[in-house]
Amino acid sequence: MTTTEPVTETAVSLSIDGATVEVPKGSSVLDACNAAGVDTPTLCYAENLTPVNACRVCVVEQEGSRTLIPSCSRQAEDGMEIKTDSERVRHSRKMVLEFLGSGVDLSQAPDLQQWSEVYGADPERYGPSAAKIEEEVRIQDELYIRDYDKCVLCYKCVEACGDDAQHTFAIAVAGRGFDARIRTEFDTSLPDSACVYCGNCVAVCPTNALQFKTEFDLRSAANWRPEEQSVTRTVCSYCGVGCNLELHVQDETIVKVTSPNDHSVTSGHLCIKGRFGWSYVHGE
Amino acid sequence: MADLHFGDDKPNDIERDAVDGVVADTLGPAVVQEHERMVRGGTERRNERRHLLLPVLHALQRAAGWISPGGLNYASEQLQVPPAEAYGVATFYEMFTFTDPGHEDDVVHVCVDAACQIADSEALIARLEGEGKHVHRSPCLGQCERPIAQFIQGRGRPDRVEADSALDQFSAVPQAPASAGNGAMADGSPVRLLRRVGVVDPSSVESYIAAGGYTALAAAIERGPEAVVAEVSESGLMGRGGAAFPTGFKWKAVSEADGDTKYVVVNADESEPGTFKDRVLIENDPFAVIEAATIAGFATGATKGWIYIRGEYPLATERLRNAIAQAHTAGYLGQQINGSDFSFDIEVRRGAGAYICGEETALFNSLEGFRGEPRQKPPFPTTNGLFDRPTAINNPETLVNVLDIVTDGGAAYKAIGTEGSAGTKLFCLSGHLSKPGVYEVEFGTTLGQLLDMAGGPVGELRAIMLGGAAGSFVGADQLDLPLSFEGAREAGVSLGSGVVMAFNDTVDFGAVFTRLAEFFRNESCGQCVPCRVGTVRQHEVLLNSGGNPVNGQSELLEEIDMAMKDASICGLGHTAATAVRSGIALGLIGAQS
Ligand SMILES: Cc1cc2nc3c(=O)[nH]c(=O)nc-3n(C[C@H](O)[C@H](O)[C@H](O)COP(=O)(O)O)c2cc1C
Ligand code: SF4
Ligand code: SF4
Ligand code: SF4
Ligand code: FES
Ligand code: FES
Repeated sequence: MTTTEPVTETAVSLSIDGATVEVPKGSSVLDACNAAGVDTPTLCYAENLTPVNACRVCVVEQEGSRTLIPSCSRQAEDGMEIKTDSERVRHSRKMVLEFLGSGVDLSQAPDLQQWSEVYGADPERYGPSAAKIEEEVRIQDELYIRDYDKCVLCYKCVEACGDDAQHTFAIAVAGRGFDARIRTEFDTSLPDSACVYCGNCVAVCPTNALQFKTEFDLRSAANWRPEEQSVTRTVCSYCGVGCNLELHVQDETIVKVTSPNDHSVTSGHLCIKGRFGWSYVHGE
Repeated sequence: MADLHFGDDKPNDIERDAVDGVVADTLGPAVVQEHERMVRGGTERRNERRHLLLPVLHALQRAAGWISPGGLNYASEQLQVPPAEAYGVATFYEMFTFTDPGHEDDVVHVCVDAACQIADSEALIARLEGEGKHVHRSPCLGQCERPIAQFIQGRGRPDRVEADSALDQFSAVPQAPASAGNGAMADGSPVRLLRRVGVVDPSSVESYIAAGGYTALAAAIERGPEAVVAEVSESGLMGRGGAAFPTGFKWKAVSEADGDTKYVVVNADESEPGTFKDRVLIENDPFAVIEAATIAGFATGATKGWIYIRGEYPLATERLRNAIAQAHTAGYLGQQINGSDFSFDIEVRRGAGAYICGEETALFNSLEGFRGEPRQKPPFPTTNGLFDRPTAINNPETLVNVLDIVTDGGAAYKAIGTEGSAGTKLFCLSGHLSKPGVYEVEFGTTLGQLLDMAGGPVGELRAIMLGGAAGSFVGADQLDLPLSFEGAREAGVSLGSGVVMAFNDTVDFGAVFTRLAEFFRNESCGQCVPCRVGTVRQHEVLLNSGGNPVNGQSELLEEIDMAMKDASICGLGHTAATAVRSGIALGLIGAQS
C-alpha cells in the first residue's frame, strides 16, 4: 500500500492505478485520471455543465468504498487510491454501455461505439424482445429536430436550457424509470413551448438525438460529409457581446454553427441570432 | 432575461379553486410580486413557493380527476414553476393522471404485490372491473396484513381505505393489539413501542397524556440538547428505516453542523413491499411520533419538522394532522414549548405514489417540489439535507424508541436486545400465517419464535421473504436465525424494514419473482443507467423464462446485479436483484429440470 502525504494546501495527491498524481484542490477524480494520462469514458459530464453524475460510465474503484464512484463528480482527496481498470470497473462500464446500446440508437454516437468496443459490450445478447426507446422523430420547425430514439437521458440538454446556461426551462425529464423522456409540458410542440431556439441543447447533445435541421436533411439525403467540412472561427456581428462562432462549412454552405466550450464569453452557449442567424449570409 | 413562458391553456373554475385553496392556505392571497419573476435571481426566490407543487397537484387531481394542461398551467403560474418542470414533477408520481378519465368515479387501487398476489388479487381485479369499477393496479399499499389491499382515490372527495372505515374510532387498532397479543413479546415481557396501541384514543391529546405522554419531552427540555444527544448515542439506537444507521451519530452531526436553520424530517413514506408497521404505529399512537419528532428538533437545534407520509395512508395522515393541531393547542408545539424558549412546528406532506421517495435524498427533492430523484452522496443530509440545510431524517419507529431512551436513560435501553442490536423491533408479518400483523420483539428473538407469535404458518412453509423486496428470501430450514442486525449480517441477509412474509408450498414462485422484478422496473426513478435499464433487463429475463431462469440466464442476472450494485446511485439499484438472486440460490426458481 502506498501512502501519499498531503503536498501543499492547494494541491492534493492521490494514486491512479498505482501512479501518484498531484492535482489542484477542488479537482475531480476525472481530472486526476486525465492528469495521469488515463482515458476515461464520459457521457453525462461536460466541462460547461454542472455534473449530474447520472450515466455512470465514468465509474472507478476507490480503495475502501463499498461501491464504485463516479469520477466526473467526486472530488479528488489526498491519499485516495483509485483503480480505473479493475475487473469491477471494466464490468460496470461494459454493462452501462451494453444497457445503452440495447435500448437506444447509438448509430450517431461514435465515442460510445468506440468505448463499447473497448469494453466488449454486446447489446445484442438481450435478444430482439428487449425493450427499446421508440419515438417518432419530432420535426416541428426548420431549425432543429429531436430524435429521442437516440436519447441516452444524459440531462445535458435540460441543464443547458435551464440553470446552467439559457434559463428558459423549456424542457425537463418527465415520467419515471425506463419511460422517462425529455419533454416540454404535455409534449407540446417546440414552437408553442417556452423554447427560444438558442440551440444550446443541440450543441451539448452527445448522441445526435438533437440535431440541426440542416444536418438532419443532409443526412437524410446521404450527403452529410463531416470529414470534408471546414471550420472557420469568427466573432458574431449581431451585438457587442463578442461571442466566438465556429462556422462549419460544407460545399460552401454553412451547415451548423457552434461555439468553443473554452471560450470565456459563451462557454459554448449562444443565442438564436448567433446560432441560426447565418441564413442571411446565404441571402435567404 | 426572459420571464417564464406559460402557454394558452386555461384552468376551469374547479381547477382554479383547487390551486387557490392550497396557495391561500399556506401563503395567503396568491399575489405574485413582479420582482419574483426575474429568472436568474428568481430561481432561488421561486423555490420559496415551489415546495407547494406536490400539495397543489394533489388538489388538482382530486378536484378534476386528472392534471389537465390548463390546471397545470395555472399551478405553474401561481407557484412560478416552469411548466415543463411542473409536468416533469407531476409525471413522476403514480397517483396522478394526464388524460381526461372521461368519468367522475373514484378509482380503486388494488395491490398486486406478493402478499396480495398470493391471495389472488388478479381475481379481485377481474371482479371489480366486471362490476364496472375503475381499477388501478398498485404496488404494495402497506396493508399486507389484510390482503387483498385496496385504496380508493376519491374524485371530488377525500381518498380513503374502506378497511379503515369498517372500524370505529377506538377499535381502529385491530391488527396491532391482536398481534401484540396480550401486549407481550415472545418471552412474555411487555411490549414497549406498541404499549399505547389500542390503549390510548389516537384522536385525543388528553388520552395520550393520561397514558404518560409528553413526559419524555419535559424530561428532554429539562436536561438540555447535549444530554439528549448523549443518551441517544449511548443507547446504541440504530435506524429502523432499513439502513440501520446509528441515530445518535446522526443527531450529533446535525447539532454540530453550521447554520441557524435546521430540519427534522420524519420519513413515513413506507413503501417497501411487505412493510406496514409505521402505518399501524401512526394510526394508533400519532402523538408518540409527534412528541419524539419534537424531541429530535430540540436535540438537534431544528426549528421545524416535516412529516412526509405516503399518499395511500389517508387515516394515518388525518390522525397526524389532528394530533399536530391538538398538540399546538395544548402547548406542545409552537412557541415556547413547555414554558422553555424552544419553539418547534411540524408540517405534514403527502407523497403521491413513488417508492423511491422513501430514499432520504429523493424525499427531500420531492418535498421541495422537484422530481424524486436521489442525490449523489456525499454531501450527506446532516449538512446538506432538506432545502440544502442540515437535516435529521428518521423513520417513525426509530423516533418512538427515543421516548424511552430519554425517560429511562441510554444505558437502560442498551441493556435490551443483543450486544450489537439494542432495543426492540417491530416486524411486519404477512403472507401464509394464521395471525398476520405487527409484532414487537426484543432483538435476538429467532425467526421461528416470531412466526409462532403470528400463529404459525398456514400450510406447509416453503420460504420467507425477509426485509422486503429489497431484502432476500430464506428457506423454511432457517427458523433458528436470530433476528438482530449482526445475526442477519452473518447469515448474509438483512432485516431491512422488518418484513417477514411467509410463503407456503402452494405458491407459484415464478410469478412472485416476476412481479418482484416488475416492481423494481416500475419504481426505478430512471436517473442512472445501471438501474434504469438493468431493472428492465432483469424483468425481461424473468418474463421470457416464465419466471424460471435457466441455461445461462441466472449468470446474466448475476452480471446485471453486479453492475447495479456497483454503479447505481442509490439503494434501490443496489438491492434490485438481491431477492431474485436469493430465490435462485434457494431453488425457488431456476431449478434445472
Ligand atoms: C429505495 C429506498 C426506499 C426507502 N424507503 C424508506 C421508507 O419508506 N421509510 C424509511 O424510513 N426509510 C426508507 N429508506 C431509508 C432512508 O433512505 C433513510 O435511511 C431512513 O429514512 C433514515 O431513517 P432511520 O435512520 O431512522 O432509519 C429507503 C431507502 C431506499 C434506498
Ligand atoms: S433551443 Fe434553447 S430554449 Fe429551446 S429547448 Fe434548446 S436550450 Fe432550451
Ligand atoms: S436529448 Fe441529447 S442531450 Fe438531451 S438527454 Fe437526450 S441524449 Fe442527452
Ligand atoms: S439506482 Fe435507480 S432509483 Fe436510484 S438513482 Fe439510480 S435509477 Fe434512480
Ligand atoms: S460521466 Fe460521470 S456519471 Fe456520467
Ligand atoms: S398491501 Fe399488498 S403486498 Fe403489501
